[in-house]
Amino acid sequence: MFWHLFISGMALGCVYALIALGFVLIYKATEVINFAQGEFMMVGAFVAFSLIHFAHIPFWITVILTLLIMGAFGVLLDRLVMRFLVGEPAFSLVMFTIGLALFLRSVAGMIWSTDTFAFPSPVSGEAIQLGSVAIAPGDMLVVGATAMLVLLLYLFFRFTNLGIALQATSQNQFAAYLMGINVEGMFSVVWALSAMVAAVAGILLAPTLFLHKDMGFIGLKAFPAAVLGGFGSIPGAIVGGLIIGISENLAGGFLPPWVKDIFAYLVLIAVLIVRPEGLFGIHEKKKV
Amino acid sequence: MPLLEVTELSKKFGGVHALTMVNLQVEKGEVHALIGPNGAGKTTLFNCISGFYSPEGGSAVFKGRDITRTAAHKIPRLGIARTFQNLELFRNATVLDNIMLGRYMHKRASFFSEVLFLPKAKNQEVEARRRVEEVIDFLDLQPYRDRVIAQLPFGTQKCVELARALALDPELILLDEPAAGLNSEETRDLCFWIEDIKEDLEITVLLVEHDMRVVSEVADRVTALDFGAVIAHGTPEEVQQHPDVIQAYLGEDDGAAASA
Amino acid sequence: MKFKLKKSYMEDLKLFEYKSDMVGYGVLLVFLFIFPSWAGNYWTYNLTLAGIYCIAALGLNILTGYTGMISLGHAAFFAIGAYTVGYMTTILGHSFWIALPLAGFAAAFVGLSLVLPALRLSGIYLAIVTMGFGFIIDQVILEWPEVTGGANGLLINRPTLGPLSLNSDASYYYVVLVIVILFVLLTKNIVRTSLGRALVAVRDSEVAAQSMGIPLAKVKTQAFVISGFYAGIAGGLFAPLINFIGPDNFTIIESINLIVMIIVGGLASIHGSIFGAIFITLLSEFIRVGKDALPAFLSQQVGFQGAVYGLIIMLFILFEPMGIYGRYLKIKYLFQVFPIYRKDTFRRERKFQKAQRTR
Repeated sequence: MFWHLFISGMALGCVYALIALGFVLIYKATEVINFAQGEFMMVGAFVAFSLIHFAHIPFWITVILTLLIMGAFGVLLDRLVMRFLVGEPAFSLVMFTIGLALFLRSVAGMIWSTDTFAFPSPVSGEAIQLGSVAIAPGDMLVVGATAMLVLLLYLFFRFTNLGIALQATSQNQFAAYLMGINVEGMFSVVWALSAMVAAVAGILLAPTLFLHKDMGFIGLKAFPAAVLGGFGSIPGAIVGGLIIGISENLAGGFLPPWVKDIFAYLVLIAVLIVRPEGLFGIHEKKKV
Repeated sequence: MPLLEVTELSKKFGGVHALTMVNLQVEKGEVHALIGPNGAGKTTLFNCISGFYSPEGGSAVFKGRDITRTAAHKIPRLGIARTFQNLELFRNATVLDNIMLGRYMHKRASFFSEVLFLPKAKNQEVEARRRVEEVIDFLDLQPYRDRVIAQLPFGTQKCVELARALALDPELILLDEPAAGLNSEETRDLCFWIEDIKEDLEITVLLVEHDMRVVSEVADRVTALDFGAVIAHGTPEEVQQHPDVIQAYLGEDDGAAASA
Repeated sequence: MKFKLKKSYMEDLKLFEYKSDMVGYGVLLVFLFIFPSWAGNYWTYNLTLAGIYCIAALGLNILTGYTGMISLGHAAFFAIGAYTVGYMTTILGHSFWIALPLAGFAAAFVGLSLVLPALRLSGIYLAIVTMGFGFIIDQVILEWPEVTGGANGLLINRPTLGPLSLNSDASYYYVVLVIVILFVLLTKNIVRTSLGRALVAVRDSEVAAQSMGIPLAKVKTQAFVISGFYAGIAGGLFAPLINFIGPDNFTIIESINLIVMIIVGGLASIHGSIFGAIFITLLSEFIRVGKDALPAFLSQQVGFQGAVYGLIIMLFILFEPMGIYGRYLKIKYLFQVFPIYRKDTFRRERKFQKAQRTR
């Protein structure tokens, strides 16, 4: 029972990790805290669903199309809106994305109605037996896809010019400008990348959780994950997501049911008491 | 007994020895300058004295009281005020608001008295305002009283930072590079003000400064730092002629004296 | 422009700088007093609700606007206040007038629990912890039916004052009105004395605040306790107003609602808190009226209200970050100095470098 919860917790944790990852990417590059990341995931899942259900496009082509569409969505959002918020205090940015989240949720309700939908899973079949533990193929897909995506992103940031330029922009915008990097273009790339990562999370989550305009609220759990890992740290986001997912699931199995919903926050508070900057975060102190 | 006595103070940041066995004595009523090339540890020393850093070794004693481990917000209450190299003003507030902050720690009325605006709180507010106006008069800041800091020229902002420190009614004031970024007219004014602070207000001044003209004009004694250690101390003339000081500023094999 | 020759420092501190302001507020007060007989029960009820949110918004503004600590779980304090009144009146049978101040103190006391994180964390870290706090209190409400009625909620009656029953909307309105005025005055006093200045100092530069001898821990504690108290009183007034409270009244949506009120109204401003609370509370009414003017296919949609709400938040941040009060100030200034109005008078500094943002 422990391992079963552990593995399915890992799958859930991967979804949290992906949402947290998208959110940390945006934060590192633009210092915007995107409370609408969960809604990006929801929109991505709905787009994929519409392509499969209404346009009858095969699954894997849908995935590619969804990524492209969400990427374009991220770019548009940046170009049309976010660039006007450069330099505003952090609190304004947070509230703006909260408003955006609400807006997206409501519009999704208008477009796709407030019903709950079932999302087809690309894998089906019996659970695979590993020793005494039964692993659902869906969970394996989630973990595998997440691992691959993280690896791809690592290679991207480390070895491609665009990735290195993105890192430079994240660390020091002014210096990046001076080095001839198209900083504003980089912002658009980051938003597109985050939206795409969120879409992947949505496609992975929807089969297990069903599809509903409010599913973005799952994204709220990704915040403690990102903060736990140290806000602004990509490995932190992933580790944080996994910790939250696994511990939440284990709590659901062994502790009274009402603890499960708040367990993520309890874990977060416990970690922050010991390490206020999160697991991988840097303690930023103003130098005077 | 010196007003401020720093004994064998050491501060490390990881492997970097920012301060090594620094000794410094500031006598009451004097203007004492701290000089040294960039990175010598002057601001670090200030931060240690004013409680923002915790030194690894040594001690700082003010009026006979050990302040080495005292928290930053308690230092002003003991009578030490400081200004910052890069200005730590409240940028979206007015000059008056900024300087009024200097009177916070002097308040005596309780929270309830303030919330209900009882006479005790009322009188305290008026008294605080009166004191602040005295400081504003002293530094000729009247025309800028209601202006927002962010809209003021840099020299005036530095003045407000100084005013705020003076509003604390300190016995010792630490000035971190007060002349940095000022033009020659403003620098002259600054020298006059430092003299006035010493003579009229009877406040002891410890300042970090790069501008040797200011040092020569206002300082009674000078201590020179390099790479975190004291290399010379004495009168301005003595220190400026000291071979180690010349070497620190100009490097080896150069016979020219360190002068403006 | 009006210039007033002031002859004492006390004049700078007065509540009303100009006599004309006093007249203006006097007229407003008269209007507010005759409101119930003029407007009828429905609008009286709504304005009472808005008044209750005014109190909560004032408290939240003290915490977030003046002290700069973001609280995404403020509905929790509101809930504590509401359930304290509910528990003490409905379940224990005590008088409302004893329960109400206790509601404030209970919320303030629980607010102390957030002080420890507030001292060690800042910015987004603190915001998420407060969000978690909100969720935790939500669960506590559900899992403690002896006190809160759990998922079934609590029925609460309007209070009585001696022989008078305050059951009618109009009579309860007057109670809330008096308390709102009281809290506005209290807030004004906080803002114009040393605590208000210390709060702003802590917000704008912790380093500078410390170098002025301001004890961060004490000031942050005061901010949390005060804003908790306000929210608790507001919650305590809320419960008898709507007669029935349940866990659904105090979710994260409510917390966000409160923040939207102070953003739309104006951060760090008393007027702003009032404007924002009234605007957001009556917004659903405005939307209803505005709906009729729109083409049918748009207004019939479920979620239309949410979309408009989200849009309003975004538009305010984009175009009027100083909120309604900011716009009011700008318009007032325009009329005062016409035709030499300069837009940049209200320009606030933007910070582009990370180094500038770290406090």
